[in-house]
Amino acid sequence: MTSIISIDLVFYLIGIIVMLVAGMTLRDASNPKRYTTAAFWFLFGSSFLFGDLMITTLGKPMTYRVVGLIVLIIAGIAGANLLGAGTRVDNGAAARRKSAEILGNKLFISALVIPVITVFLTLFGKDLMIGGVHFLDQKNLTLTSLALACIGAIAIGQRITGSSPVVAIRESRRLVDAIGWALILPQMLAMLGGVFVAAKTGTSIQTIVNLFVDPQSRFALVTIYCLSMTGFTMIMGNAFAAFPVMTAGIALPFLILQHHGNPAPIVAIGMFAGYCGTLMTPMAANFNIVPAALLELKDKYQVIKIQIPTALCVLACNIFLMYCLAFP
Amino acid sequence: MEPTIMNLDLLLPLIGIPIVVLGFALRFNPLLVVTLAGLITGLAVGMDFLAVLETFGEKFMNSRQLAVSLLILPVIGLLERHGLKERAQTWIASIRVASTGRILMLYFVVRETSAALGLPGMGHAQTVRPLLAPMAVGAASHRHGELPPHIRDRIAAHAAACDNVAHFFGEDVFIAFGAVLLMTAFLKENGITNVEPLAIGLWAIPTALCALVIHLFRLSRLDASIARQIHEWQLGQAGGKS
Repeated sequence: MTSIISIDLVFYLIGIIVMLVAGMTLRDASNPKRYTTAAFWFLFGSSFLFGDLMITTLGKPMTYRVVGLIVLIIAGIAGANLLGAGTRVDNGAAARRKSAEILGNKLFISALVIPVITVFLTLFGKDLMIGGVHFLDQKNLTLTSLALACIGAIAIGQRITGSSPVVAIRESRRLVDAIGWALILPQMLAMLGGVFVAAKTGTSIQTIVNLFVDPQSRFALVTIYCLSMTGFTMIMGNAFAAFPVMTAGIALPFLILQHHGNPAPIVAIGMFAGYCGTLMTPMAANFNIVPAALLELKDKYQVIKIQIPTALCVLACNIFLMYCLAFP
Repeated sequence: MEPTIMNLDLLLPLIGIPIVVLGFALRFNPLLVVTLAGLITGLAVGMDFLAVLETFGEKFMNSRQLAVSLLILPVIGLLERHGLKERAQTWIASIRVASTGRILMLYFVVRETSAALGLPGMGHAQTVRPLLAPMAVGAASHRHGELPPHIRDRIAAHAAACDNVAHFFGEDVFIAFGAVLLMTAFLKENGITNVEPLAIGLWAIPTALCALVIHLFRLSRLDASIARQIHEWQLGQAGGKS
């Protein structure tokens, strides 16, 4: 199905931003590692800008190999500590305070434009058709809505602040430098998850967990199912990856079939036990590591450390709730 | 054959796990650690190098949507250069009842509710970095004066954690959310056909409420804890000077 604003367009937009950042890095003499840093972002950006083009010209297997090689080089650059940041002059706290005084709450307007437009488009833009074609990519409604919201916010932001697009890109580079490799970690982890699936890591874990299963004790089964959802999610960084493995391995044969548990609460609460794991693992980088980088925290694990008490309490609640609610 | 824990076929697929744990614990660069863990796991279970490379490329390409926060950076950068953080802090200082804990509690309730209604739009790049964190930090610095970096970091990390907890435990209540559909599809595939997405959404409510109560309870104690930490820090500073 085609659409006017497709997910490919969103990827091109990301690619363009990353390439501009790479170009600016290359010209920045104040960055002692500017060549390797620029190469890092250039390689990353090329998977967005040329990825789909490569698939149509080279075919999937060859493209995937090339991207795989790119990934190895990216990891090598980061691992060899060849990522650097420039020492650029920012406009100073005094100038920012002055501008904040002049612009006042208008600054909030352009910041709030992003969530507001995203919500508006996902609610009302779904069925919008232009010339018989869907306006938004139906499979990626939130992403395309978010992309449009960002473009809208930039346009409004520029009007309000009276600055040029160059400023926006220069400031994105400041942020990209501050966030660094963490921006790429989520995709790398998706990649590791892919290898785990190919290597049948889940089956191994399922077999090992089953060695400890006592099919008679309902409470022990509930506890093992919830804990293994948490644990396997911590390994995979994603509860969706753990869910089918652990539910097929423990919940389905023992809790649902043998102990006649009600499937709906078992799976709903089991998935939540997985989410408790998501809160406690660096493997869920998009939620735990990227925000730490985004907020420029000194300790990249601090978000996780703060989440652990809540996660453990909710996990205990989940075990208790499943035991009480799922069985007649 | 009866599976035992010492079976090599059983253990080799797990080799990536200790690599990741050790690599992260020893603070090697995570990109390197993760890539090596993938490479070694693939080779250990007998995939050839090209097959591993292909898996890498395929998954990397197919998860590009994870980089979408890059799109938000130009707006944040532009607004921050023009004083967004400073404005957030002055604005919050003008509200007498505002405190770090209360701001986070309010955000938590709004975030969990909107996630349960299936509304996107809030998130780390969208709302936490530009608005929530500066306001939460601003409220504390309005009360206590200039904050030391470790307390600023703690408040900012709480802002991110608040978004995660509210988001995760709220969204499964929304019946059109991917996780709910995944669970329904899984049950169907395994021959359990009488479970509607609505039932799964409803059974998500007890945990959603537990998470709400637990996290709000923690946040309600945050202001006092921050005040205590700042007091200790000030004592330490004064001790250092004398």
